[in-house]
Amino acid sequence: MKDVLLTVDRLSVVFRDTGLFQGNKTTVAVDDVSFEIPSEPTLVTIVGESGSGKSTLARTILGLQQAASGTVCYRNRDLAGFRRADWHAFRREVQPVFQDPYATYNPFYRIDRVLKVLVRKFALASNDSDAEALIEDALRAVDLRPQDVLGRYPHQLSGGERQRVMLARVYMMKPKLIVADEPISMIDAALRALFLNILLDFRDQGISSIFITHNLATAYYLGGRIMVMCRGRMIEHGDMDQVVLHPSHPYTQLLIDSVPSHNPHHRWQEERSEYAVDASEFVFSEQACVFEARCPHAMDICHHQRPPFVTADTKASQQSACFLYHDAYRPDQA
Amino acid sequence: MADARPLLTIEDMRIHYDSVRGSYKVVDGVDIEVHRNEIFGLAGESGCGKSTLVEGILRLIEPPGHIRSGTALFRPFPEDPERSLDLVQLDYHAMREIRWKHLSYIPQGSMNSLNPVMRIRDQMTDVVMHHEPGGQDEVSRNIAAALEMVGLPESLGVLYPHELSGGMKQRVCIAMAMLLQPALVMADEPTTALDVNVQRAVLETIAHLRDQMGATVIFVSHDLAVHAELVDRMAIMYAGVVMELGTVYEIFDNPQHPYTKRLIHSIPALGGPRERLDSIPGMAPSPLAWPPGCRFHPRCPDAVPACSAVTPRTIELDSGRKVTCHLFDPDIDLEQSPA
Repeated sequence: MKDVLLTVDRLSVVFRDTGLFQGNKTTVAVDDVSFEIPSEPTLVTIVGESGSGKSTLARTILGLQQAASGTVCYRNRDLAGFRRADWHAFRREVQPVFQDPYATYNPFYRIDRVLKVLVRKFALASNDSDAEALIEDALRAVDLRPQDVLGRYPHQLSGGERQRVMLARVYMMKPKLIVADEPISMIDAALRALFLNILLDFRDQGISSIFITHNLATAYYLGGRIMVMCRGRMIEHGDMDQVVLHPSHPYTQLLIDSVPSHNPHHRWQEERSEYAVDASEFVFSEQACVFEARCPHAMDICHHQRPPFVTADTKASQQSACFLYHDAYRPDQA
Repeated sequence: MADARPLLTIEDMRIHYDSVRGSYKVVDGVDIEVHRNEIFGLAGESGCGKSTLVEGILRLIEPPGHIRSGTALFRPFPEDPERSLDLVQLDYHAMREIRWKHLSYIPQGSMNSLNPVMRIRDQMTDVVMHHEPGGQDEVSRNIAAALEMVGLPESLGVLYPHELSGGMKQRVCIAMAMLLQPALVMADEPTTALDVNVQRAVLETIAHLRDQMGATVIFVSHDLAVHAELVDRMAIMYAGVVMELGTVYEIFDNPQHPYTKRLIHSIPALGGPRERLDSIPGMAPSPLAWPPGCRFHPRCPDAVPACSAVTPRTIELDSGRKVTCHLFDPDIDLEQSPA
C-alpha cells in the first residue's frame, strides 16, 4: 500500500433543504472530489469562489460534516469507521484553523485557557513548569511575545494576534496536518505575510497544510500544489507554478485574470469579458460541465457530459477537467 | 483656470470619540485635496481611520464621536467653481440636501444597506423623489439609465434585495449612488466581501463612472492591489494621520515612507520570483494613546532618536507628493533624544 497521509476518494456532500412549502431541495456542496496528500510534508491550496464547496470539503476532512458518498481516509483508515479513541488520535494529528478569529474564542476565558486545556487533554507536559515552557515556546514560534498575550482576554487582542494564537495552539500539538480554512481573510495585510511565513516554516519542520483561500496571490506565494474548485467539483489541479502561470481550464483562467496586478503600470486592458458574471444566475445540470453556462469556449459536448480529468500540459504536472484537452474533442483537431 | 480648484479640500480634520478613559483620536489631523475627475484612494490597515474619515466628510459620525476640528471645503458647482461649502459646518437639513445629489456614499458591506422589504426600483425612486421630484416616466428613465450604467437590466428593478447575488447588490448600490450624478462618490471597501471575478466587474464599473460620467471617487480599501489597479492618486494612512500621499505610480514605483515600503513589500504578487515577504512586526497602536513623536516609530525599522521625540512634519517632495517622516525633513536634528 502506498504511503499516504490523507486520501479523499470520490467524496460527495449533500445538504437537504426541507422547506415548509418547497418540498425537498438538495444542494450538492461537494461533488465527486478525489485527491491524496502524501506523507512527506506538502502544502496543498484549494481555491475557488464563494459557494464552490471548499469550506464544506475542509469540514468533511476534519470529520465535522457527514459525507453523502465516498470516503475520507486518514492513514488508510476510513473516518466513518472511527471510534472514540481513533478520534482522539486524529484530533491530535490533524488540526484546524478557522476563518473567523473573532468567533473561535470563548470571550469569558483568558487566552491561556485555550492553550492549557490542550496540554491537559493531550497530556503534552508532565508538570506545570514544563507546560508553561511549552506554551511560551509555541507563542514565540508564531512571533508573539508571551507577556503580550498570556493573561489577556480575547477582546484585548487583534484579529492577527488571535489567528497566531490559533497557530501557536497548532504548533504545540506538532500535528501532521493543518486544515486552514480562509485563515487570513480577516487579518490585516501587514500580518498576512507573517501568517503565510509561519505555514512555510511549519512545512519545513514536517507539518503538511491544506490551505483554503479565494486569494490566488497568497496561494501562489505558498507554492506546492493547487486544486481549483467550481460548484462543488474540482476542475483543475496540479503544480502551483504550472497552474497559476499557465491555467488550462477556462474557469481557472477567469479567476487568474481577475486578480488585481499590484503594479499600476500593468492594469487590466480590455473591458470585462461577458462571461464573468455572478454564478447564481445559472442553473446547473447534473449531466454537464459545471462551468458550461459561463464558458467562452463551450462546445456541444460540454452541455451533455461531464468532462473527466485529462493531462493538460506536456510535463504531466497539471490535470484539467475540460473537454478542450480531450483528444477526441480538442478544437484544433476537428 | 477654474478647474484648478480641487473638488474637496480637507484641512486638519480631527475626529475623536470620547470615552470615560479619554479621547480616542481616530482621525487626528488629516489634510487631503481631491481633484475633479480622479479616483482618490485611501489605504491603510484596519483601525487607521480611513472609514472614519469618510464618515466624517459625510457627517455620519454619531456621538460619542464628534468632529473636533477641521474644514472640508466642497466645491460641487461646476458653473461656479469658486463657491464652496464647508461640510463640517452645514446643519442637518443642508447636509441632507447635499447627500445623494452632490455627494453620495457606497458604504462598507453595502449589500446589507438595501432595505430588504422594498423592491430595488422603489428604493431608488425614493432617492430621486426626495431631491428632484418629477413625473413617473422621467424617474423610471433615470433608474433604467443608472442600472444600465452598472451593467444590470432594467427588469431587475422589480426584484427584492434577497433575490440578487452579492455582486449584483453591490452594483445596485453603485447605481443608486450615481442616480443623481453627484460630483463626488465615496466608496468604502466596496469589493471586500466579493469574489475576485465579481470584484473585477465592480472595479471596472467604478472606473467607468470616472471615464464616462466624469465622477470623482474617493475609494477606501485595505487591499493595495486594488488601489494599484484602480486609483489615480492615493494616501496611505496610519494611526489617524496620512503618512504618504502621491500618484499611484509614485507610491508603487518608488515608495518613500518606511511604512509604505513595508506595506507594499508585505503583499504577495501573482507570478514572478518567490521571495520571502516582509511583515510589519509589532501591534497597531491604540487610538487612546498614540505613540509620541512619529506614530509609526515603535514598528519602524529605520527609526532614529528624533522619531520618538518630535512629531514629524509633512514634507512636500515634488509636485504634490507628501511624506510625513523625519528622514525627509532637512531641518531636523535626527539624533536629538526625547526631552
